Amino acid sequence: MPGYIEIRNLQKKFGSFTALHGIDLDIAEGEVVCVIGPSGSGKSTLIRCINLLEPFEPTSRITVGGTTVERGHNLEKVRADVGMVFQSFNLFPHLTVLRNVMLAPMRVRGTSPEAAEKRARELLARVGIGEQADKYPGKLSGGQQQRVAIARALAMDPKVMLFDEPTSALDPEMVGEVLDVMKSLAGTGVTMVVVTHEMGFARQVADRVIFMDGGRIIESGTPAQIFDTPQEERTRNFLGAVLNH
Amino acid sequence: MEIFDTFFNVPVLIRTFPLLMQGLWVTLQIGVVSIVAGLVLGLALALVRLYGPFWVQLLARAYINFMRSIPLLVLLIIIYYALPFVGIRLSPFLSAVSALSLVSAAYTAEIFRAGIEAIPRGQFEASSALGLSYRHMMVDVILPQAIRIVIPPLTNNCINVMKDTALASVVAMPDLLKQATQAQALAANPSPLIGAAIIYVAFLLPLVAAVSKLERSYAKADR
Ligand SMILES: Nc1ncnc2c1ncn2[C@@H]1O[C@H](COP(=O)(O)OP(=O)(O)O)[C@@H](O)[C@H]1O
Ligand SMILES: [Mg+2]
Repeated sequence: MPGYIEIRNLQKKFGSFTALHGIDLDIAEGEVVCVIGPSGSGKSTLIRCINLLEPFEPTSRITVGGTTVERGHNLEKVRADVGMVFQSFNLFPHLTVLRNVMLAPMRVRGTSPEAAEKRARELLARVGIGEQADKYPGKLSGGQQQRVAIARALAMDPKVMLFDEPTSALDPEMVGEVLDVMKSLAGTGVTMVVVTHEMGFARQVADRVIFMDGGRIIESGTPAQIFDTPQEERTRNFLGAVLNH
Repeated sequence: MEIFDTFFNVPVLIRTFPLLMQGLWVTLQIGVVSIVAGLVLGLALALVRLYGPFWVQLLARAYINFMRSIPLLVLLIIIYYALPFVGIRLSPFLSAVSALSLVSAAYTAEIFRAGIEAIPRGQFEASSALGLSYRHMMVDVILPQAIRIVIPPLTNNCINVMKDTALASVVAMPDLLKQATQAQALAANPSPLIGAAIIYVAFLLPLVAAVSKLERSYAKADR
């Protein structure tokens, strides 16, 4: 079945080290895919290739909504339609929360300041940060900053949202508030690819879970298949280590 | 008080004050034009040095290293006395401004480069992921943050340029130092030189103090 995101023979090398060994993956429109696996298995690299934050081998091919991911004119379209949330938030510290959310729609889509502000305030209210709109990011807690980062990505009305361990840098008491925002996003039609160590979230929200190790997809299936009846030894070992922890 | 009559001769100072003011005006013109030209050229150089095609980066690096190693006085003399042999004849003012801004650009470029490189990679990645063009990324995200970092070293560089304007007296520019030395010869008394020194310090001391204050407040904010 062809996907909204199509990844064919994705190979990524850092110098002589191969981080991804020819990944094939299709993700349907509106699907929520969680990517799990040990540290260094290539999860971040995989999703960073989707919006070309990492350049990949020329023999590999990724398309998003039919548009080939490559340098040049296509890239603008892909990046405008693919939002990304990082482990370290990466908010713009010199801009207020509101300006953080308004910037890309105004600069990339040419949205008027009035329309951008209205939309930004809606989104900030939706992620529960409405009151903090005029503060600078540095004044917010980690959980609040990450919710702003989600609002900032959503302001572009993306078709796809990529999350790279969005809760890994948070204090435990703030993980829930960010996961709640992500849960409310699932099922709204946005295609989500989430790299996470939150197995509870993956089990509850994912349509499909992908287990990666050593730059390869070892196993993929529904949450029940992966968590309850994993077929591969490596998946069982990983889950055993993570879940009994 | 012989010392006062020699170095702080008030009648001499009063008599030569208009000359010193004329010199100060010339010094400020040379300084400000050189600083502005150096800033513009330096920013362009920094961007090229960081993001240009490989061989352009090499050229920019060579330029920066060369301009940082050549003594300013030597460069000035080459521009004023040697270039005419190949048909390039610059006025004393243009010679002084060229030498000062060519060198200032090299220092400014290194300052901007350090400022840009101090911005975390995540800022570039977040901008790219949002679809911002290179220009918007630089103008809206990177440079506003880099400016804060580069203001103290840039101010230091401005101070250096203002001080180095004194070298322009070598190419017969009637700047503050030149006026002071001429007034000293005329009056047969070194008080005008002391007067010039006081004027230099009076102008630059506030800048020096401002840099120290900025650096202290940044150090506090970063803690
Ligand atoms: N910029 C880089 N340069 C060199 N090696 C890298 C770079 N980024 C990632 N790697 C390597 O690629 C492998 C996969 O990294 P990554 O995708 O970050 O793993 P994960 O997100 O699953 O922890 C790791 O071995 C890592 O060391
Ligand atoms: Mg990672």
